[in-house]
Amino acid sequence: MDTLVLLTITGLGLGAMYFLIASGLSLIYGLMGVLNFAHGAFLTVGAYATWYAETKLTGIGSVPLRFLVSALVGLAVGAVFAALVELVLIRPLYNRHIEQVLVTVGLGLATTALVQAIWGADARTVAVPSWAGDTTTILGAAIPNDRFVEIATAIVVLVGIQAFLRKTRYGLIIRAGVENRAMVTALGIDVRKAFTLVFAIGGLAAALAGVLSGVYFGTVEPARGTSLLIFAFIVVVIGGLGSIGGSAAAAVVVGLVQQYANYYASSGLGDLSVVLLLGIVLLVRPRGLSGAFA
Amino acid sequence: MSLLSVEDLHVYLGQSHVLQGVSFDVAEGGVTALLGRNGVGKTTTLRAILGLAERHGRIQLAGEDVTRLPTHKVIRRGLGYVPEDRDVFRGLSVDENLRLAERNGGARYDLVYELFPELRERGRQLAGTLSGGQQQMVAIGRALLNDNRLLLVDEPTKGLAPSLVTEVANVLERLRETTTVLLVEQNLGVVRRVARDVVVLDQGRVVHASPAAELLADRERVHRLLGVG
Repeated sequence: MDTLVLLTITGLGLGAMYFLIASGLSLIYGLMGVLNFAHGAFLTVGAYATWYAETKLTGIGSVPLRFLVSALVGLAVGAVFAALVELVLIRPLYNRHIEQVLVTVGLGLATTALVQAIWGADARTVAVPSWAGDTTTILGAAIPNDRFVEIATAIVVLVGIQAFLRKTRYGLIIRAGVENRAMVTALGIDVRKAFTLVFAIGGLAAALAGVLSGVYFGTVEPARGTSLLIFAFIVVVIGGLGSIGGSAAAAVVVGLVQQYANYYASSGLGDLSVVLLLGIVLLVRPRGLSGAFA
Repeated sequence: MSLLSVEDLHVYLGQSHVLQGVSFDVAEGGVTALLGRNGVGKTTTLRAILGLAERHGRIQLAGEDVTRLPTHKVIRRGLGYVPEDRDVFRGLSVDENLRLAERNGGARYDLVYELFPELRERGRQLAGTLSGGQQQMVAIGRALLNDNRLLLVDEPTKGLAPSLVTEVANVLERLRETTTVLLVEQNLGVVRRVARDVVVLDQGRVVHASPAAELLADRERVHRLLGVG
């Protein structure tokens, strides 16, 4: 029983990170039709900005406070980086999908290579508050506290994005733009501002995933964004392109399947199980769990 | 002076040269009907005026050249658009569809609800669950929400029941008293009732322009130009 509880909460923690990446991917594709292969770079940039700030903010004696300030720096850098990518690289390529794919794939690879060239290929240790490494016992299972932070953060982000989409004018524009971008402009709305905003939100969420991955794994490394991006794409497809709720549900399923398969079947089988799950969902519900753009 | 002036408008869709030098004027006030058989470029003309289709030529609105402006800026010069297929946002409620169309304050909800009281009652209903006629009310309501100088209305009676066609014609009749309308319409009964001027397109060119009464009185010409009557 305790093993099942540990696997479940760890799977939910992993799913939380997938969701943070997938939410931005899903919004960006839903609104703009851009398959953003550079999304992992937002995570990497956010994670490394956090780590770098930590190494420079040694004047802050309290580790939790230093981590918090560094994380805020990482989030800001991730959001600004993403907004700049939209303004400089994506905006000139609207409706040129092949070029968008080439540019975003290239940016993803270049970012990883650049980070590796500056800080090396080895993983860098992140100094996280000690309580994150402590455990809390639930039903006999000793659960690392960071798992709860990851799950809680993802829930806050999910609720925050839904509230933003439902309660604000920009949220209304984005929901309408996901359905029919041309008609939004035909109402006199400059939809390009919404594009930049969505990229910034996506970059913020991915950078948050980068910060949390540093807590989860205890390190940052250049290829982290790329490796997590693959699963985030699977989550987006399973959840239904453009659907935030669908991405949340799919992230939970993918995280759990991966953990259970790795433990109960064979270590390493988790990734294969996720791919199999993707195949099954595409056969049964080709538009994903949500069944429609939402 | 014309409110809208279209000069030598060309539009290519893929390999097809859809508009081949369309030129016409829309005088201020009243309804100008843009007529023609299916596929001659009426909808494309409206989309090109708005910048929703890539175009060459010159488009002036109240003397200002808006040809190079992006769609949202053209609209903000005082245009309202009711598209052919309504294009309501199906996943948004009726209220949200209307709220999205608000701009520059002063939204005219009183006018919209006076013309279409049903929209007030169905405010929370998802637009995708409305009937075709109700969706048309939302589409027209969005365009009326702002005090526009010119409305581009594309086949508002298409696919509607006869009673709703009459209701839409009533609304157009009311609108022509306060604003200028460029109307694409296949229903000649509606055109006869509301239009002051007509412009007829054929194969991407203007082949006739006159007061509506003059064209509609000539059954042989109507038949030749429009294939009906």
